[in-house]
Amino acid sequence: MNHDSYPDSYIRGILNTVKTIAMVGFSPKENRPSYFVFKYLMERGYRVIPVNPGHAGKEVLGQKVYASLPDIPEPIDMVDIFRASESALPVVQKAISLKPRPQVVWMQLTVRNDEAAALAEANGMKVVMNRCPKIEYGRLSSEISWIGVNSRTLTSKRAHTLGKGVQRMGLTHDTVQGGTTAATDIAQKKP
Amino acid sequence: MADAERIPGFATLSIHAGAKPDPTTGARATPIYQTTSFVFDDVDHAASLFGLQAFGNIYTRIGNPTCAVLEERVAALEGGTAGLAIASGHAAQVVVMHALMMPGDEFIASKKLYGGSINQFNHSYKNFGWNVVWADPDDISTFEKAVTPKTKAIFIESLANPGGIVTDIEAIATVARKAGVPLIVDNTLATPYLCKPIDYGADIVVHSLTKFLGGHGNSIGGMIVDAGTFNWSRDRKYPMLCEPRPEYSGMVLHETFGNFAFAIACRVLGLRDLGPALSPFNAFLILTGIETLSLRMQRHCDNALAVAEWLSQRPEVAWVSYPGLANDKYSALARKYVPKGSGAVFTFGLKGGYDAGVKLVSNVKLFSHLANIGDTRSLIIHPASTTHRQLSDAQKVQAGAGPDVVRLSIGLEDRNDIVADLEQALTA
Ligand SMILES: Cc1ncc(COP(=O)(O)O)c(C=O)c1O
Repeated sequence: MNHDSYPDSYIRGILNTVKTIAMVGFSPKENRPSYFVFKYLMERGYRVIPVNPGHAGKEVLGQKVYASLPDIPEPIDMVDIFRASESALPVVQKAISLKPRPQVVWMQLTVRNDEAAALAEANGMKVVMNRCPKIEYGRLSSEISWIGVNSRTLTSKRAHTLGKGVQRMGLTHDTVQGGTTAATDIAQKKP
Repeated sequence: MADAERIPGFATLSIHAGAKPDPTTGARATPIYQTTSFVFDDVDHAASLFGLQAFGNIYTRIGNPTCAVLEERVAALEGGTAGLAIASGHAAQVVVMHALMMPGDEFIASKKLYGGSINQFNHSYKNFGWNVVWADPDDISTFEKAVTPKTKAIFIESLANPGGIVTDIEAIATVARKAGVPLIVDNTLATPYLCKPIDYGADIVVHSLTKFLGGHGNSIGGMIVDAGTFNWSRDRKYPMLCEPRPEYSGMVLHETFGNFAFAIACRVLGLRDLGPALSPFNAFLILTGIETLSLRMQRHCDNALAVAEWLSQRPEVAWVSYPGLANDKYSALARKYVPKGSGAVFTFGLKGGYDAGVKLVSNVKLFSHLANIGDTRSLIIHPASTTHRQLSDAQKVQAGAGPDVVRLSIGLEDRNDIVADLEQALTA
């Protein structure tokens, strides 16, 4: 997998398959990005299990916080890593040893660790790096278009609402990619 | 290439970007959501929206689904990460500066700008304590010399109003990068059909949608496009973006919204609090205009070149300033930045001076004598007797509005009719 740019079909496939997500590096503080993503994904119907040794045993929005991946007593489909890039490798190592093994390792926006990605892929897992599942869900469902963000998708198909009110949409309609935002690449090149 | 990875072309984006079928009714054209407010699903949903934790609609001053289609459309055409639609081009400039500047800060601006922007920067901004430092786009070293520790941004126009000037965006972007400040480009006269400033290093693009993007002379509007290229946290110079915001319980916008944080800051700190929201009805009219942008802009340019060539052969005309002319001073820059055409707004000089200018605008029958540009109709103005009347003769010349100067905005009529009207008015 080329980790500089992912086809929308790859991301859509992942977000349409996984159901249970363990979020490593979760913060219970309401103004932190990980809390936003946690709440947003739960509202979109995912089961999200927070992982943070500093808050183990607490309950946040009805979900118990675990200290570490192996402590979670149920199968995990995807591990979402909210940690510095250097810390991604040990998280991936733990994910690989889970039974059953999660299908996906996802590293948040700004998190990239090619060694950890190669290890996960060698063990049959799909990998996404330097992306946010909330933004990707928002993009592919078109929800993010409500705040003027370039979703980089075009479609003549109607989006389906999730049933719980009109301001939540599903991922079932297909799209074509709608132009590039080379922004991330340009930003990386700028000193 | 697999279908999923094909990138649509400019004309396709002009029609489709942002405009998906309405999820509840299936309406294919973008509906006009003429409403002030939107009901919440429940109390928790309301809290998520107000806390910026969910995407969605609250109140039309902050966002509206019709305006959002316009935002995504222009962002896609410019190759940016996000857009913010706003009441006018001038409001776009204020809201951008509000996100970047604190009292006592400076920004550098090209002195070849739309006259209204020169006024806004020189006078209105004084009340906010924002200080403009002028530089000359024909001498890039004046931008370098203007940089101080207080500089927060550089502002230029790609094609500059009153026309005939092409700015070297890439060279000025290099100055901005060295100074560690964002480059803001007003792309109103070029539109993304002719030039995409982000490709040359712009970090923020602003538009008066009133002109060629709307294109039909029926709606005032503005746009801010975030290129997603600037690192707002690196030097900690931009507290709106890199510091915890008390308005949002300590949230840091750059950390939370990544490469579209600037557009979000303009919306949730600028538009929300200053208030210049665009009407959804105007957004609808402008969106309809944008669907034909590539066709219109090419015709505007082709007509303008023909008129400029014709004028430069006329005995009544002293000079024509249009970068599309082979011998023009900006011809090399035009070939680089606007290869498809040099826009439709330009100036020329009459040998007969002030009186000849007054006579010309009085004699035209097809051209409209008014103060706008970028309409389907051909437009004409004699700045010395109208927009620049209050200036001294010396000031008029400095502003490119000397007594002999006439500005045209060439429309989409048949070329022969445009030329015939100028011919009868020059010889009447
Ligand atoms: C280049 C340019 N920028 C900004 C503006 C201001 O736009 P508005 O009139 O929509 O406020 C104008 C208007 O003439 C313009 O020509």
